[in-house]
Amino acid sequence: MGRLVAILGQRLVQAVTVAFVVSLLCFALAQLLPGDQALQIAQRRYGDDRVTTAAAEAVRAELGLERPLALQLIDWMGRTVSGDLGRSLVSGAPVWEEIRDQLGATLALAGAALGLALLLGPVFGALAGLRPGGLADRAGMAAAAAFRAVPNFVVGLLLMVGCTVLFGWLPVGDSRGWLSLLLPALTLGLGLAATSARIARDGVVAALRSPFFAFARMKGLSRAEAILRHVPRNAAVPLIAYLAVSFAFLIEGVVVVEEIFAWPGIGHALTHAIEGRDVPMIQGTALMLSLLLVLLNALTDLALLLVDPRRRA
Amino acid sequence: MRRAASLAENGTWWAPWIGGSLVGIVVLAALLGPLVVGADPNRQDLAHVLMGPSREALLGTDQLGRSVLARLVYAARLSLSLGAMAVAAAAIPGIALGLAAAFAGGWTDRLVSSLADAILAVPGLILVLLIAALAPGAFWPLFLGLSLIQWVEWFRMTRAASRSALASPAVEAARLLGFGPWHILYRHVLPDLLPLFGILGAFGLGSAVLSLSALGFIGFGLRPPTPEWGSMMVEMLPYWNEAPLALLMPPLCLLTLILGLQILARR
Repeated sequence: MGRLVAILGQRLVQAVTVAFVVSLLCFALAQLLPGDQALQIAQRRYGDDRVTTAAAEAVRAELGLERPLALQLIDWMGRTVSGDLGRSLVSGAPVWEEIRDQLGATLALAGAALGLALLLGPVFGALAGLRPGGLADRAGMAAAAAFRAVPNFVVGLLLMVGCTVLFGWLPVGDSRGWLSLLLPALTLGLGLAATSARIARDGVVAALRSPFFAFARMKGLSRAEAILRHVPRNAAVPLIAYLAVSFAFLIEGVVVVEEIFAWPGIGHALTHAIEGRDVPMIQGTALMLSLLLVLLNALTDLALLLVDPRRRA
Repeated sequence: MRRAASLAENGTWWAPWIGGSLVGIVVLAALLGPLVVGADPNRQDLAHVLMGPSREALLGTDQLGRSVLARLVYAARLSLSLGAMAVAAAAIPGIALGLAAAFAGGWTDRLVSSLADAILAVPGLILVLLIAALAPGAFWPLFLGLSLIQWVEWFRMTRAASRSALASPAVEAARLLGFGPWHILYRHVLPDLLPLFGILGAFGLGSAVLSLSALGFIGFGLRPPTPEWGSMMVEMLPYWNEAPLALLMPPLCLLTLILGLQILARR
């Protein structure tokens, strides 16, 4: 129980750190981007052609944009940490409302990619690891090494061209339901699958060579029985620990893959907001993606506690 | 059986040669390519767009009639030099701070470690994107962002390896014999760190080149006429049917470099 509290506390600190770093960067962005902030907000509110200097000054006074930078920074960060993300400069709607729908799309994509990786990786890894040095091992691990070298956007490019050549159409956006989820999820999941196959293979090999496996055989379990009872749980520990590390790549991949396939998620919203110089939306989406990483890390911590009793002490 | 297993774990003697020659091909192309090819990578020739291989353009031309080969070698030059600069700019402060944290311990260690944790908490590409948003298409925000996310790795690895080297009995003996920190650094810590720096360098160069191409692919790289592998892929994507070679070459170059660096870094 003490371990649990310690781990969750650590992740909470990480979440606050993330909010701090992202909001600091976005504040700098708001200050350094060309153009007057008050004028931009006034344009959004009253329309481009009806903005006067007086309107911009009113906005400046209302939002306190004339105060010293340090005060504005403290105010800005305080609001971010307390969960007030402000309003989009482009649509005028609260940032949180804009993000809410996109969050679902991103979670669906990341979940599908992760599911795919965990379906393919450990299966091929186990096949390779059960006979180390065998044909499956050498072929499988060579393939895994090749796949790890292929960046996700190249996988996406090849899948796009391949799909166009084979079927004559290309699922972009979410126009075709689960079918249009398949390509981005494959793009995102294949690299992850390749690395988790490698980790699973090494975990299986290590478990097969361990004293506890030899003991299980000596006390009379058949090989199949000993493998089923002792290998999966022991091989899962390094795999889950690796997943915790790879989630950063998953989140980065989400940004790239959503942009390539026009998937209507948070990553796409982030790149869109950067193009539109919509700082509140940039902050909201970047924050959401980073917090998603913290959440995934916390979940892997819990999974490790669940799988590995040695960590519970 | 045992031999096969140990080879699978430790790699083979020829693996570094393969990795080295894959990287070497790209480095050579970047160094000598612009001299050999001679063509201007940005010279448009709208009368000869999407052509197949010819004497003037050995790998054909793109949608604006520019030589694909010339663009590829200039892109290699760009990726390698930006990557190497980002790695150097990350390695120097990273190593210095890592050594300082390991030697000094205490508050220095805690302060720098928490700074590193703060940067590590945000996914790297998002950090680079936020910095790149400051001046879209410019060179310096990409360079700054890439080195900002990479120094953390150098710092953490240097700190960890130096701490374990400092905890060894040999260092304790050297201290008891009256040797100062510089002697310990040169004789006991640096020899342990050098192989690590090689691995980190290869790995860091690979990830910098990858990030640069990924950013180019999603439209946040360097300004358009600049030849860059990631943006070349996107530009050629609509013409996959007319000029498949021009579409396939940039990813192939990128893959050659990344695969070589990964083999060298044994990841």
